[in-house]
Amino acid sequence: MRVPLAWLREYCDPALDVRAIEERLTMTGTKVEAIHHHGVRAPERFRVGRVISCERHPDAERLSVCQVDLGEERPEGPATIVCGAPNVAAGQTVAVACPGAIMPDGTEIRRAKLRGIASEGMILAEQELGIGAGRDGILVLDELLQAGQLGDRTALPEPGTPLAEVLPLGGEVIELEITSNRPDCLGVYGVARELHAATGAPLAPVPWEPDPGSAGALPDGLTEITVECPDLCPRFTARVFENITLAQSPPWLKARLSAAGQRPINNVVDITNYVMLLTGQPLHAFDLDRVAGGRLVVRRAREGEHVQTLDGQTRTLDTQMVLIEDAEGPTSIAGLMGGARSEVQDGTTRVLMEVATWNGPSIHRASWALGLRSEASARFEKGLPPEQCDHAQALATRLMIELCGARVVEGTIDAGPWAAQGGASAPPRIHLREARVQAILGVSIPRERQREILDALDFQTDDADDGLDVAVPPLRRADVTREADLIEEVARIDGVEKLPATLPRRRPAGRLSQTQRLRRRAVDALVGRGLYETVGWTFTSPTTLERLRLGPQDPLRAEALELENPLSEEHALLRTTLLGSLLDSAAHNAARGRADLALFEVGTVFAAGGHAAGARSGTSKNDPAARAREGLGQTTAHKRGARDTGVHEHRALGVLLSGRLAPVTWRTPDPPHADLYAVKGVLEALAEALRTEVSCRALADAHPFLHPGRAAEVFVGEQPLGWLGELHPLVQGWELTGAAVAEIDLDALVAAADGGAETHRYREFTEFPVALRDLAVSVADSVPSDEVVKVIRAAIGSLLADVQVFDVYTGEQAGPGNKSIAMHLRLQAPDRTLTDHEVQGLIDRALRSLLAELGGAYRA
Amino acid sequence: MTERIEQLRAEAHDAILAAQSGEALEELRVRYLGRKAELPQILRGVRELAPEQRGPVGKAANVARQQLEALIDERTAQLDAERLQRSLRDDRLDVTLPGAPPQPVGRLHVLTATWRELEDIFVGLGFTVLEGPEVETVHYNFDALNHDPTHPARARTDTFYVRDRAAREHPGGGEQDGKLVLGQPHELVLRTHTSPVQVRAMEAHPPPLYVVIPGRVYRPDNDATHTPQFHQVEGLAVDEDITLADLKGTLLAFARAVFGEQRDVRLRPHFFPFTEPSVEVDVSCFHCSGKGFLADGARCYLCKGEGWLEILGAGEVDPNVYSLVPPTEDNAPGYDPERVQGFAWGMGIERIAMLKHGIPDLRLCYENDVRFLEQFG
Repeated sequence: MRVPLAWLREYCDPALDVRAIEERLTMTGTKVEAIHHHGVRAPERFRVGRVISCERHPDAERLSVCQVDLGEERPEGPATIVCGAPNVAAGQTVAVACPGAIMPDGTEIRRAKLRGIASEGMILAEQELGIGAGRDGILVLDELLQAGQLGDRTALPEPGTPLAEVLPLGGEVIELEITSNRPDCLGVYGVARELHAATGAPLAPVPWEPDPGSAGALPDGLTEITVECPDLCPRFTARVFENITLAQSPPWLKARLSAAGQRPINNVVDITNYVMLLTGQPLHAFDLDRVAGGRLVVRRAREGEHVQTLDGQTRTLDTQMVLIEDAEGPTSIAGLMGGARSEVQDGTTRVLMEVATWNGPSIHRASWALGLRSEASARFEKGLPPEQCDHAQALATRLMIELCGARVVEGTIDAGPWAAQGGASAPPRIHLREARVQAILGVSIPRERQREILDALDFQTDDADDGLDVAVPPLRRADVTREADLIEEVARIDGVEKLPATLPRRRPAGRLSQTQRLRRRAVDALVGRGLYETVGWTFTSPTTLERLRLGPQDPLRAEALELENPLSEEHALLRTTLLGSLLDSAAHNAARGRADLALFEVGTVFAAGGHAAGARSGTSKNDPAARAREGLGQTTAHKRGARDTGVHEHRALGVLLSGRLAPVTWRTPDPPHADLYAVKGVLEALAEALRTEVSCRALADAHPFLHPGRAAEVFVGEQPLGWLGELHPLVQGWELTGAAVAEIDLDALVAAADGGAETHRYREFTEFPVALRDLAVSVADSVPSDEVVKVIRAAIGSLLADVQVFDVYTGEQAGPGNKSIAMHLRLQAPDRTLTDHEVQGLIDRALRSLLAELGGAYRA
Repeated sequence: MTERIEQLRAEAHDAILAAQSGEALEELRVRYLGRKAELPQILRGVRELAPEQRGPVGKAANVARQQLEALIDERTAQLDAERLQRSLRDDRLDVTLPGAPPQPVGRLHVLTATWRELEDIFVGLGFTVLEGPEVETVHYNFDALNHDPTHPARARTDTFYVRDRAAREHPGGGEQDGKLVLGQPHELVLRTHTSPVQVRAMEAHPPPLYVVIPGRVYRPDNDATHTPQFHQVEGLAVDEDITLADLKGTLLAFARAVFGEQRDVRLRPHFFPFTEPSVEVDVSCFHCSGKGFLADGARCYLCKGEGWLEILGAGEVDPNVYSLVPPTEDNAPGYDPERVQGFAWGMGIERIAMLKHGIPDLRLCYENDVRFLEQFG
């Protein structure tokens, strides 16, 4: 909302400069977003001039050389001014910018030669003064005087008169952010009332009184209005004006509209805009003679109905939008845009002035759906009080009479349910307890001050035992309905900036939950291993899932949730895996020469129905309330407020390694490249940081984006957690040369690690010596090494402190189809030194088990 | 005789100290202490001396021999140490070469780092951290937070709706009892704020309640200052006597922790559906110390000369929000607005991070360019 400061001061003029006014408005809830300057600067350099002579420029056909009398401004004689306007002529009284004048665009007028002739200023057109575009050529004051548009003047001003005494020149315009609950401040007078309350400066009487028009029925047969959709049109008022002289508006009106950001059109349209800007209530003027049949019907549009709007476009409506139609069909879309057919135009002599109240949400929805946003819709969509129609009709009537020479026809049409139900009702009353004000704010505001504030805001206050009894004015009825709302009014005007800064008296000790701390530890472990954290988009696209080679039946694709209203096809789905965004991040960097990457991301993945993505991990956390309770510990039983979403969500953790695992250095000229084992190592370190363990099982074809021979399912204990592996070479579109990737359900891992045991207890360690043995066994190629380890563990039992695979050999000596696995074994008893004999017995037992269970043979 | 002993001892002493190698020392040992050397011979010949001479000569010779032996050992050790030191010195490394193997250092994303910083500050102020689902029902995202059924924020233009496979569709809202309704309570949306978790927390836990709720939220905007996803930290404190002044104190403590001890906050009235009174909170500009201009007189680019930076929205919780909490099982009010009161706030993590680190474009946060990532966390 742009409010020209001079206009605001007409209704409330605190003796403050624009900065102080900004501060008061901002600190009481009407935030000043910016202060603009509209129009010219250095106003004393703008003068009235009289053209004494006007001759064609000797060297330029379109230019005139004028001698201009500037009176006192130039006592030494007339100034020579070169002018390009076709309408300049000797004898005219004109507006002149003298050297030193600053134009609206910031350029300064200087003496300059134009085609060889020195020009000492510039004769001005309206738009050059920021008054508005309308007339062609220069502004001729004689014409304005003739049209009665020079204010109260009856004679032309003398040459040399400061122009500011004759025409509105530049000034400050404040741009306000009006919150959605305050449509009353979408009018200059509403802002003036705020300024009045905020500063105590007097408020001028409302500009819409007295009303030169009258209520009651219009003369029979003149026009008729039917409201067929009372729920969407609470009130529709109309007046009729005759004998209109359609013309340009006077400069003061144009200047105000221009400063407020509206383009002047003609006096009738300008009046509707001016009244809207002052009262906050939009209006629409019909040329009554072009309203077919002289009658209007307000009705819901039919589904798919087409309407051509003023801008020449054809719009498709639905049944929640409202049309105004005459005998020949729709003329406008209610609250949004008028139709060309009944527009006020040259030749208009009779006007039907519509001032209506529309259902706010319906207007909001329609304006977005149709892409039609206007000053009017921005007001209507907030839901305006029907009383405001009267203000706009009264003010418009006065201006129609004053500026258009119109005659107002007796009576006002008042259609719609509001009038039918008796019009204005008694204002709602709210009780305001003095003690409650202090309890909520933490500071006492005396009752008299509360009364003063509320009175200034147009509330009516009466004394009550423990506070005030407050009546709410119509313009605030929608916003102020409870005591809390009144407390806000009092607080904001008295000044929330004055509140002391205190802390809650009884605040408890805060802490992170065990789960939250473990989650941080997991992430820190990865950062400690040298990985960079990324943050990707929750949104993904069908294309991305296709590029990951996910078939239509793959749960990661089939269970992806769709948005009804995505911003783009790229953002149409909710991700079921982090892989897409990790690959996006990797590709972004690879394209910029950073192909050696170690990235991870933690983020939510989603699935419909709860059996995709993480559902594979079997840890469906389908109870969002549980997540909300997580940090709070013990809870009491409350009834549930509404059903849950039924959507599966969990926090996933994804890892991507690509290129070299470490930088090339003087000591390591060829560091290893990312592969399955590298990404597995990362997950193992992560698990170990949480004092748990993950294991892998081969997983050939379950995930089409993974290399089938280099893919694994990841477990914690027996619980599936996710997958890891190397990217399938046919995953395309990311321009990466191989990557090792993994994704696990972080919530599940943390839950497994937590295990309910908050404290780890101290474990006794033994001083008895360790027996070290190396063991190499030959097994079939297909036997996973951890099977071998498992068998050995089971055979030796608790005396086996540790076993580490240190070599895997598949050469000739292992025999065809076999491999040799070499291990370090550490054996130790807590209570004695193991004898060689005992150790050998344990090793033999392990070998027997290997032979029996895996067909393994002892080697060396 | 004792003079001779002293002479020998002094001679040998000087020679030992002057020796520069093990070989030289060995030679001196033979010369002065060897079988044929003079000093041992004197010792051997003591018994042949006059009785009154035996004692003094024997003692002097013995002392001299012992001293010289010790001196040779000492000198030998000294020379060995010098030789070792010399050889170690020759075995030198170029200490300016990079450490190896390299120990890579990863980074938290700036949003996570900021998220944690905010969490930690509020944990220190007595709050517990809660999180909740990102796909929400219209009920939790709007209805339970006092958004009128026709509130524009619920429209398809302002909120992402998730196609609910189980339910029938309501494209563009619908009508209920003849009234336009934007979003039915059971429809699914991507949460537009983390406030639904406030409601879930109140349903699950009786007052008092002091919680902060960080998380990812969604709104259909996309430009240099808006992305369709972003992150918030909301807070909620509900007790018997929590005032707007307490909100100010809490947020002042937060602002000083994040932006520096010299900072101030100011509350500006505003409007939000779920708080009443509502305020926006500004922190004094940390770039120009709230003056609005810099040392060279130029207008501060960060606060645009205002001296204040808007950082969050807040207010006293609207009584309707309490009333919308379902009753307990014995039908007592879950939260009775006449008996509990409190404040809530919501701030953008991106906004705080961008202000604090001078990040010019929000979209950098989601590009994951390593050159960006390596600068933070």
